[in-house]
Amino acid sequence: MSSRRSRSRQSGVPSITDDQISDLVSKLQQLIPEVRSRRSDKVSASKILQETCDYIRSLHREVDGLSDRLSALLASTDNNSAEAAIIRSLLM
Amino acid sequence: MNPKTYHHISSNPSSVKSRFTRGFLRAFKKIKRQQRPYLYGRVKIAADKSLALAVGSRRAWSRALLWKIHYKAWRQRSRFNNKKKLLKENKKNKKNKKKKNDDEEVGFRHAKELRKLVPGGEAMDLCSLLDETAHYIKCLITQVQVMKSVDQIYSF
Repeated sequence: MSSRRSRSRQSGVPSITDDQISDLVSKLQQLIPEVRSRRSDKVSASKILQETCDYIRSLHREVDGLSDRLSALLASTDNNSAEAAIIRSLLM
Repeated sequence: MNPKTYHHISSNPSSVKSRFTRGFLRAFKKIKRQQRPYLYGRVKIAADKSLALAVGSRRAWSRALLWKIHYKAWRQRSRFNNKKKLLKENKKNKKNKKKKNDDEEVGFRHAKELRKLVPGGEAMDLCSLLDETAHYIKCLITQVQVMKSVDQIYSF
Protein backbone atom coordinates (compact mmCIF):
# COMPACT_ATOMS: atom_id res chain seq x y z
CA MET A 1 0.00 0.00 0.00
CA SER A 2 1.41 3.40 -0.89
CA SER A 3 1.02 6.39 1.31
CA ARG A 4 2.29 9.93 1.58
CA ARG A 5 2.88 9.30 5.23
CA SER A 6 6.48 9.44 6.46
CA ARG A 7 5.92 9.23 10.20
CA SER A 8 5.74 5.86 11.86
CA ARG A 9 2.29 4.57 12.72
CA GLN A 10 1.17 2.69 15.77
CA SER A 11 0.88 -1.01 15.13
CA GLY A 12 -2.65 -2.28 14.59
CA VAL A 13 -3.82 0.94 12.88
CA PRO A 14 -4.51 0.28 9.17
CA SER A 15 -2.98 2.83 6.80
CA ILE A 16 -5.17 4.57 4.27
CA THR A 17 -4.27 4.49 0.59
CA ASP A 18 -4.51 7.50 -1.65
CA ASP A 19 -6.62 5.50 -4.10
CA GLN A 20 -9.22 4.69 -1.47
CA ILE A 21 -9.50 8.32 -0.55
CA SER A 22 -9.76 9.66 -4.10
CA ASP A 23 -12.39 6.99 -4.74
CA LEU A 24 -14.49 8.13 -1.82
CA VAL A 25 -13.98 11.78 -2.67
CA SER A 26 -15.17 11.27 -6.25
CA LYS A 27 -18.24 9.49 -4.85
CA LEU A 28 -18.95 12.62 -2.83
CA GLN A 29 -18.47 14.73 -5.91
CA GLN A 30 -21.33 12.90 -7.63
CA LEU A 31 -23.71 13.82 -4.83
CA ILE A 32 -23.15 17.53 -4.53
CA PRO A 33 -25.05 19.54 -7.15
CA GLU A 34 -22.60 22.46 -7.48
CA VAL A 35 -19.54 20.34 -7.99
CA ARG A 36 -21.20 17.63 -10.10
CA SER A 37 -21.74 19.90 -13.09
CA ARG A 38 -18.14 21.09 -13.12
CA ARG A 39 -16.86 17.65 -14.06
CA SER A 40 -14.19 19.31 -16.24
CA ASP A 41 -10.83 17.98 -15.13
CA LYS A 42 -10.17 17.42 -11.50
CA VAL A 43 -11.79 19.40 -8.78
CA SER A 44 -9.49 19.51 -5.80
CA ALA A 45 -10.42 17.27 -2.89
CA SER A 46 -10.22 20.21 -0.57
CA LYS A 47 -12.83 22.05 -2.64
CA ILE A 48 -15.10 19.01 -2.64
CA LEU A 49 -14.91 18.74 1.14
CA GLN A 50 -15.64 22.42 1.44
CA GLU A 51 -18.70 22.10 -0.80
CA THR A 52 -19.79 19.00 1.13
CA CYS A 53 -19.77 20.93 4.40
CA ASP A 54 -21.74 23.79 2.84
CA TYR A 55 -24.23 21.37 1.29
CA ILE A 56 -24.82 19.52 4.57
CA ARG A 57 -25.33 22.83 6.34
CA SER A 58 -27.87 23.95 3.76
CA LEU A 59 -29.73 20.62 4.06
CA HIS A 60 -29.82 21.06 7.84
CA ARG A 61 -31.24 24.54 7.37
CA GLU A 62 -33.92 23.17 5.05
CA VAL A 63 -34.93 20.55 7.57
CA ASP A 64 -35.08 23.17 10.31
CA GLY A 65 -37.24 25.41 8.12
CA LEU A 66 -39.59 22.54 7.30
CA SER A 67 -39.86 21.57 10.98
CA ASP A 68 -40.78 25.18 11.63
CA ARG A 69 -43.54 25.15 9.02
CA LEU A 70 -44.91 21.80 10.15
CA SER A 71 -45.03 22.86 13.79
CA ALA A 72 -46.77 26.09 12.78
CA LEU A 73 -49.31 24.00 10.88
CA LEU A 74 -49.92 21.82 13.91
CA ALA A 75 -50.43 24.84 16.07
CA SER A 76 -52.92 26.55 13.79
CA THR A 77 -55.07 23.99 12.04
CA ASP A 78 -57.74 21.61 13.13
CA ASN A 79 -57.11 18.50 11.05
CA ASN A 80 -59.20 15.40 11.31
CA SER A 81 -58.20 11.83 10.71
CA ALA A 82 -59.55 11.81 7.16
CA GLU A 83 -56.57 13.87 6.06
CA ALA A 84 -54.19 11.43 7.69
CA ALA A 85 -55.72 8.67 5.61
CA ILE A 86 -55.25 10.73 2.44
CA ILE A 87 -51.61 11.35 3.25
CA ARG A 88 -51.03 7.68 3.91
CA SER A 89 -52.52 6.64 0.61
CA LEU A 90 -50.67 9.31 -1.36
CA LEU A 91 -47.24 8.63 0.08
CA MET A 92 -47.17 4.84 0.29
CA MET B 1 -40.62 -2.32 15.81
CA ASN B 2 -38.96 -5.57 16.74
CA PRO B 3 -35.27 -4.89 17.56
CA LYS B 4 -34.24 -8.19 15.99
CA THR B 5 -35.23 -6.98 12.53
CA TYR B 6 -32.65 -4.17 12.66
CA HIS B 7 -29.91 -6.42 11.31
CA HIS B 8 -31.88 -7.25 8.19
CA ILE B 9 -32.80 -3.68 7.38
CA SER B 10 -31.22 -2.45 4.18
CA SER B 11 -29.81 1.03 3.98
CA ASN B 12 -30.92 1.36 0.38
CA PRO B 13 -32.31 4.92 0.01
CA SER B 14 -35.72 3.99 -1.44
CA SER B 15 -36.60 1.66 1.41
CA VAL B 16 -35.25 4.22 3.86
CA LYS B 17 -37.72 6.67 2.33
CA SER B 18 -40.82 4.57 2.98
CA ARG B 19 -39.72 3.59 6.49
CA PHE B 20 -38.94 7.21 7.30
CA THR B 21 -42.28 8.38 5.92
CA ARG B 22 -44.21 5.91 8.01
CA GLY B 23 -42.27 6.60 11.19
CA PHE B 24 -42.34 10.37 10.76
CA LEU B 25 -46.08 10.49 10.02
CA ARG B 26 -46.78 8.33 13.04
CA ALA B 27 -44.73 10.64 15.28
CA PHE B 28 -46.26 13.72 13.67
CA LYS B 29 -49.82 12.59 14.37
CA LYS B 30 -48.85 11.70 17.92
CA ILE B 31 -47.47 15.20 18.48
CA LYS B 32 -50.69 16.68 17.15
CA ARG B 33 -52.78 14.46 19.43
CA GLN B 34 -50.84 15.20 22.60
CA GLN B 35 -50.82 18.99 22.20
CA ARG B 36 -47.87 19.58 24.51
CA PRO B 37 -45.68 22.69 24.24
CA TYR B 38 -42.45 23.22 22.23
CA LEU B 39 -43.86 21.91 18.96
CA TYR B 40 -40.88 22.94 16.84
CA GLY B 41 -38.41 20.99 18.99
CA ARG B 42 -40.68 17.94 18.96
CA VAL B 43 -41.14 17.95 15.20
CA LYS B 44 -37.39 18.34 14.60
CA ILE B 45 -36.58 15.51 17.02
CA ALA B 46 -39.27 13.32 15.44
CA ALA B 47 -37.78 13.94 12.00
CA ASP B 48 -34.23 13.07 13.08
CA LYS B 49 -35.28 10.10 15.18
CA SER B 50 -37.48 8.62 12.42
CA LEU B 51 -34.65 9.05 9.94
CA ALA B 52 -32.10 7.34 12.15
CA LEU B 53 -34.52 4.50 12.94
CA ALA B 54 -35.36 4.07 9.24
CA VAL B 55 -31.68 3.65 8.44
CA GLY B 56 -31.16 1.22 11.30
CA SER B 57 -28.07 0.36 13.28
CA ARG B 58 -25.83 -0.59 10.35
CA ARG B 59 -24.58 2.95 9.82
CA ALA B 60 -22.34 4.69 12.32
CA TRP B 61 -24.01 8.05 11.77
CA SER B 62 -27.53 6.74 12.48
CA ARG B 63 -26.30 5.04 15.67
CA ALA B 64 -24.59 8.26 16.74
CA LEU B 65 -27.70 10.30 15.96
CA LEU B 66 -29.95 8.01 18.01
CA TRP B 67 -27.47 8.08 20.87
CA LYS B 68 -27.35 11.88 20.75
CA ILE B 69 -31.15 12.13 20.84
CA HIS B 70 -31.46 9.77 23.79
CA TYR B 71 -28.59 11.47 25.60
CA LYS B 72 -30.15 14.90 25.21
CA ALA B 73 -33.51 13.62 26.48
CA TRP B 74 -31.79 12.00 29.43
CA ARG B 75 -29.82 15.14 30.19
CA GLN B 76 -32.99 17.17 30.12
CA ARG B 77 -34.62 14.83 32.61
CA SER B 78 -31.52 14.92 34.85
CA ARG B 79 -31.36 18.69 34.69
CA PHE B 80 -34.86 18.66 36.08
CA ASN B 81 -33.40 16.76 39.02
CA ASN B 82 -30.44 19.17 39.28
CA LYS B 83 -27.55 16.94 38.20
CA LYS B 84 -24.46 17.92 36.16
CA LYS B 85 -22.47 15.57 33.87
CA LEU B 86 -19.01 16.40 32.47
CA LEU B 87 -18.41 13.00 30.88
CA LYS B 88 -19.28 14.05 27.34
CA GLU B 89 -16.77 16.93 27.25
CA ASN B 90 -13.88 14.76 28.44
CA LYS B 91 -14.58 12.03 25.91
CA LYS B 92 -14.74 14.51 23.05
CA ASN B 93 -11.28 15.99 23.77
CA LYS B 94 -9.51 12.64 23.83
CA LYS B 95 -10.93 11.47 20.50
CA ASN B 96 -10.26 14.74 18.70
CA LYS B 97 -6.48 14.57 19.30
CA LYS B 98 -6.14 11.11 17.80
CA LYS B 99 -7.96 11.86 14.56
CA LYS B 100 -6.24 15.19 13.86
CA ASN B 101 -3.08 13.44 12.69
CA ASP B 102 -4.90 11.54 9.98
CA ASP B 103 -6.63 14.58 8.59
CA GLU B 104 -3.52 16.78 8.51
CA GLU B 105 -1.29 14.17 6.95
CA VAL B 106 -3.61 13.69 4.01
CA GLY B 107 -4.01 17.44 3.75
CA PHE B 108 -7.70 17.72 4.52
CA ARG B 109 -8.25 20.71 6.71
CA HIS B 110 -11.96 20.68 5.98
CA ALA B 111 -12.29 17.19 7.40
CA LYS B 112 -12.43 18.78 10.84
CA GLU B 113 -15.47 20.78 9.88
CA LEU B 114 -17.08 17.75 8.30
CA ARG B 115 -16.59 15.76 11.48
CA LYS B 116 -18.67 18.28 13.37
CA LEU B 117 -21.49 18.11 10.82
CA VAL B 118 -21.87 14.36 10.45
CA PRO B 119 -23.23 12.60 13.57
CA GLY B 120 -20.49 10.53 15.13
CA GLY B 121 -17.92 12.05 12.81
CA GLU B 122 -15.45 12.87 15.58
CA ALA B 123 -14.74 9.22 16.24
CA MET B 124 -14.32 7.98 12.68
CA ASP B 125 -11.20 7.48 10.62
CA LEU B 126 -11.02 9.47 7.41
CA CYS B 127 -12.18 6.67 5.12
CA SER B 128 -15.24 5.88 7.20
CA LEU B 129 -15.97 9.58 7.52
CA LEU B 130 -16.14 10.05 3.75
CA ASP B 131 -18.21 6.91 3.31
CA GLU B 132 -20.66 7.82 6.06
CA THR B 133 -20.92 11.35 4.72
CA ALA B 134 -22.06 10.13 1.31
CA HIS B 135 -24.79 7.99 2.85
CA TYR B 136 -25.75 10.74 5.29
CA ILE B 137 -26.23 13.24 2.46
CA LYS B 138 -28.46 10.82 0.52
CA CYS B 139 -30.63 10.29 3.60
CA LEU B 140 -30.82 14.01 4.38
CA ILE B 141 -32.08 14.61 0.84
CA THR B 142 -34.75 11.94 1.40
CA GLN B 143 -35.72 13.57 4.69
CA VAL B 144 -36.16 16.95 3.01
CA GLN B 145 -38.23 15.46 0.17
CA VAL B 146 -40.62 13.65 2.49
CA MET B 147 -41.04 16.60 4.86
CA LYS B 148 -41.78 18.88 1.90
CA SER B 149 -44.50 16.49 0.72
CA VAL B 150 -46.03 16.29 4.19
CA ASP B 151 -45.96 20.07 4.42
CA GLN B 152 -47.61 20.52 1.02
CA ILE B 153 -50.34 18.04 1.78
CA TYR B 154 -51.14 19.38 5.22
CA SER B 155 -51.32 22.97 4.10
CA PHE B 156 -54.08 22.96 1.52
